[in-house]
Amino acid sequence: MNLKFLSMAAAVLLLAACSSDGEDSSLAASDGGYNSGANAGSNYGANGSDISSSSMQGNVQPGSQEDLAVNVGDRVLFGFDQYNVSSEGQQILSRQAEWLRRYPSISVTIEGHSDERGTREYNLALGDRRATAVKNYLIAAGISGSRISTVSFGKERPAAVGSNESAWAQNRRAVTTIN
Amino acid sequence: MTDPTITATRPAVRAAIAAGLSVTRRLGAFVSCLCLLGAGLAVSMPMLAAPAAAELRIDITKGNFDPMPIAVTPFYATGPSEQDVASQITGVVSADLERSGLFRPVNPAAFLQDSASLQAGPRFADWRAVNAQALIAGAVKSQGDGLIRVEFRLWDVLSEQQIAGIAFSASPQGWRRIAHKVADEVYKRITGEEGYFDTRVVYIAESGPANRRIKRLSIMDQDGANNRFLTDGTNLVLTPRFSPTAQEITYLSYVGNVPRVYLFNIDNGRQERLGDFPGMSFAPRFSPDGNAVVMSLAQDGNTDIYRMDLRTRRMVQLTNHPAIDTAPSYSPDGRKITFESDRSGTQQIYVMDADGGNPTRISFGQGRYATPVWSPRGDLIAFTRLFQGEFYIGVIRPDGTGERMLTRAFHAEGPTWAPNGRVLMFFEEKPSGQDDRGRIAKLYSVDLTGNNLRQVETPQDASDPAWSPLIP
Repeated sequence: MNLKFLSMAAAVLLLAACSSDGEDSSLAASDGGYNSGANAGSNYGANGSDISSSSMQGNVQPGSQEDLAVNVGDRVLFGFDQYNVSSEGQQILSRQAEWLRRYPSISVTIEGHSDERGTREYNLALGDRRATAVKNYLIAAGISGSRISTVSFGKERPAAVGSNESAWAQNRRAVTTIN
Repeated sequence: MTDPTITATRPAVRAAIAAGLSVTRRLGAFVSCLCLLGAGLAVSMPMLAAPAAAELRIDITKGNFDPMPIAVTPFYATGPSEQDVASQITGVVSADLERSGLFRPVNPAAFLQDSASLQAGPRFADWRAVNAQALIAGAVKSQGDGLIRVEFRLWDVLSEQQIAGIAFSASPQGWRRIAHKVADEVYKRITGEEGYFDTRVVYIAESGPANRRIKRLSIMDQDGANNRFLTDGTNLVLTPRFSPTAQEITYLSYVGNVPRVYLFNIDNGRQERLGDFPGMSFAPRFSPDGNAVVMSLAQDGNTDIYRMDLRTRRMVQLTNHPAIDTAPSYSPDGRKITFESDRSGTQQIYVMDADGGNPTRISFGQGRYATPVWSPRGDLIAFTRLFQGEFYIGVIRPDGTGERMLTRAFHAEGPTWAPNGRVLMFFEEKPSGQDDRGRIAKLYSVDLTGNNLRQVETPQDASDPAWSPLIP
């Protein structure tokens, strides 16, 4: 039972992760659904008639880091040695700004990272540039700078382990994390 | 002394020079001196001989492909209680000299004269017979005051002359430093350069998976002995650098996930944050007089270089540019600072006045240039170069001429100089394990000639080495 529940939840996470690349209109709709009320959880439960949405209710706490990661997108990726936010990244950050407006008590730290193919000090500075670029975008989108801090980890905390372009591309990132 | 200017850049050229390597010799005569070492290691040096004109000699400015055969005979124990120390000293002296790449210790099994009879003087024919060009003979005695007395003599076998002789007094626990000092003396007598064996290395010990690496500030002797972890791994730590006295370390620590420059006092273990800034402070390095730390500050997405006076704790901004300016390193006279900047579009090496004036780019080769470190001799700047997906460790003169590469690897980074400016240490990283998901990080040393690349043994994976000055 437990295992089954977990695997269903994982399937939902996977779906959410995939759709965040595309239009994700269905997710956006369900976002609106479960966040419209003050007690979002019960609203969602009342609306949810299908299995996967009720498992999300049990698994993803609205306003949580997981909610941000699954339903909004908690990270933007960067090109090699780049720190400008791509158009895809801008879409994610626009959703992050929307989400932050929905949860005004939440403050976040933007963690800037680089891939491993550089020197340590430069990568620390590059991670700082990336985190700051995201912070500035969120501020421009109307979020108060007092809610956003930054930290750079350089190449010290890769998201994907491996010495190939796919791993490096995933590691050139800025991740928005709830304080 | 030979001009230290680097003469060859390619192995083929170096080999040609090495083939013509000549070993000259000179006579020795006797002197005496008295030295005091720190940490309870008192050294009296009633020297038995001082070198005169010509000498047994290795020119270390030229690639050495033919190490000098040296007989490191077992230090003679005058009593059973000295036996362990005597054999340990012998082993460390031999290992130091061998690792330098300049000497080839003769197999002790071939020795024809034993240590006891050596006390009365070498039978040079016996040492010529085993093809030894140099001969070390030593003895360990109890002084009766709890100290041991360690004597050693260095002989030129062919000319049958003693070229060095020193006696050290120390507590028995100080035997390892005595051994390093013996090796330093041999190195100095034969190369004409200061040695680097009585030194330590501060570095980052690594363990755990690549995405959750545990990093600890660590210190060890240059040969890997006496390893000590200075931090427990709770906080991510990076880029430690010695003060000129080698008693303090400045480094980056993520205490509370807030990356800031810290000081670590080796004597008492105290850690202290250097200043409180709105953004990250990182890439610290001491000034040559130890009174300041130069570092980078990242604020609002821009990284510039600052200098902190350690007495007043005031910061002075040295660069002011929207580019990333980082990895500053002073010239040994304190008048200049080399650093890296991407103000041209990619990372390149610059030299500026110590007050930030006259920044001048000095690297113009293909690729990116990073982590410049000024040699303690002042003549060269070592760097990391990234080119076509590979990493190089190289050197360049401060005026931008004479660039050459010492080694190349999948990932090599972060050179640091031995105090004599003749050997560099750095680290390499390699993928490992299934699907390259693991990481191996190791320290290596290489001669300024590009020869004698060696792994430096560490108990765990290791990165970010920094070589200490000679221990006072």
